[in-house]
Amino acid sequence: MSTNVKKKSPYPVIHEQECKGCSRCIIDCPRGVLVMGTALNDRGYTYVTYTGEGCTGCANCYYTCPEPSAIEVYIPRREKEEE
Amino acid sequence: MVQEIENMRVYKRPESMHEVFERKGGAAPTATHYCPGCGHGVLHKLIGEAVDELGIQDRCVLISPVGCAVFAYYYFDFGNVQVAHGRAPACATGISRARDDAIVISYQGDGDLASIGLNETLQAANRGEKIAVFFVNNTVYGMTGGQMAPTTLIGEKTITCINGRTAEQAGYPLHMCEIINTLKAPVFIERISLSDSRHIKQARKAVKKALEIQRDKKGYAFIEVLAACPNNLKQDAQGAADYINEKMAKEYPVKNFRDESENAISVTRPKSDMSVEKLNEIFNTSDGTSEAVIDKDYKELQIKIAGFGGQGVLSLGIMIAKSGSAAGRFTSWYPSYGPEQRGGTANCSVIVSGDKIGSPIAYNPDILVCLNKPSLEKFAKDVKEGGVILYDSTIGDVNLPKNVKAYSIPAVEIAIEGGTQKAANTAMLGVIMKLGITRLSEKDFEDGIESGFAGKQKLIDINKKILKMGADWAEKNLL
Ligand SMILES: Cc1ncc(C[n+]2csc(CCOP(=O)(O)OP(=O)(O)O)c2C)c(N)n1
Ligand code: SF4
Ligand code: SF4
Ligand code: SF4
Repeated sequence: MSTNVKKKSPYPVIHEQECKGCSRCIIDCPRGVLVMGTALNDRGYTYVTYTGEGCTGCANCYYTCPEPSAIEVYIPRREKEEE
Repeated sequence: MVQEIENMRVYKRPESMHEVFERKGGAAPTATHYCPGCGHGVLHKLIGEAVDELGIQDRCVLISPVGCAVFAYYYFDFGNVQVAHGRAPACATGISRARDDAIVISYQGDGDLASIGLNETLQAANRGEKIAVFFVNNTVYGMTGGQMAPTTLIGEKTITCINGRTAEQAGYPLHMCEIINTLKAPVFIERISLSDSRHIKQARKAVKKALEIQRDKKGYAFIEVLAACPNNLKQDAQGAADYINEKMAKEYPVKNFRDESENAISVTRPKSDMSVEKLNEIFNTSDGTSEAVIDKDYKELQIKIAGFGGQGVLSLGIMIAKSGSAAGRFTSWYPSYGPEQRGGTANCSVIVSGDKIGSPIAYNPDILVCLNKPSLEKFAKDVKEGGVILYDSTIGDVNLPKNVKAYSIPAVEIAIEGGTQKAANTAMLGVIMKLGITRLSEKDFEDGIESGFAGKQKLIDINKKILKMGADWAEKNLL
């Protein structure tokens, strides 16, 4: 997979300070691309990280996450991809 | 919610939720106060998303409950009222009716809604209030540390049923959707689940529908939300999802119970007219009264009048109050009587003041008027030092406190002489007038009688006569 294609793929953004490490998103990610880290954030929770590849932009993680600002999903538009 | 940002579709925090929770403050003002994995946060995001999508943020008022969601007002960027335990439906009713355009969201837990607040929940549903209720069923009292709730499953262990709930001891889990579905008024009833994203994506539609019904003022919407309390139920993420999917959903089927939103028409309520004119009309206070004016020189006067019901105790109070308002004073009249219409004891407090009245109760009267003995014995000790007691002569000898002026008045006698025993109260009024202890003028008293008997000329005439007889008696015997 070229870097070009990768940039145009969907991806999650995790805000590590807002994540409480509950793992709801991990068990709900159909691609298994979210993993729990081992480091603690400033508030004392371990937080989720993205493996960097394979996200389909299904938004499961966004919807199942209880924290308003912990995780976002970005999906580049198709048209751009075709340009 | 989904936003379009540059050339991206982005799922992120709804615009109607704050980015920084200023009201929460503290060391983590961008995260909720909820435990990791708590269902409340998931539902908050769905509500925020629907509010954004419907463009109704400026009309929304959230009622936050007692329970873990007590601080819901930290998170939403719209109106909020935090209420006492279980009282959200009453408060929501008030707001919805007072502000017709408001979209009122009653957010409640299972302890709040199905236990302490069950009555109000059913009454509001039955009235078809124009509110959206989000009922978070997590089978436990979350905030207080995991006690059994009405929704706790049979066999489920909580700190107040450590071996599991039994029907023998605690009855059966309460099915709120099913109960509400027996009522006629609700427009929309659905049970949703927040166990996992598949269910959450289904749930989105119902949440939005409930708010859409509010946007269109169509009436009552009830959404029961199966949600996780992983903290009290000691579950990890998988455990919580399995519990909801396998155990809770068996007891509480996830489905729509009713959707009348297509056919429902906007709720309209009869208008309440609270204008001064209307109130004057209802209470017949427009006659002979003028607007009260502030007069700091006229110190508050507390008057208590007591006797048997039927002796004219309450109407004597009204006549004094009317005299007070005829004179442009602030006045209040506050009756207190037993369950009997007649025959029991009754009393009333009248306050006449040159300034706004705090309490309408005469705890320490300047003037006490008693038409029977029990009342005199009961209230004489409360009279202010230097105050005045007027009692009917038929009461006879009594022990009266020192430091008050007490007068025995033949009020019943005067009234009989004047033509009607019923007007003993008016004879008392004449004495009060003559003694000058209310600092109201004779004209004020006459105006008081006129407005007290509004339009009944015969009664006005005879009462004015007896008023004068009372006054004459006082002049001859007391002054
Ligand atoms: C009148 C009154 N009674 C009791 C309480 C104590 N109390 C606080 S929260 C709560 C239960 C809340 O449980 P639930 O409604 O299920 O909400 P959750 O915390 O699970 O979200 C109780 C009983 C109170 N605050 N006020
Ligand atoms: S959007 Fe879907 S695939 Fe991508 S990380 Fe989130 S859950 Fe996984
Ligand atoms: S669901 Fe949210 S809070 Fe929980 S681990 Fe994932 S990102 Fe963190
Ligand atoms: S106690 Fe339960 S309901 Fe309350 S915040 Fe924690 S997980 Fe949520």
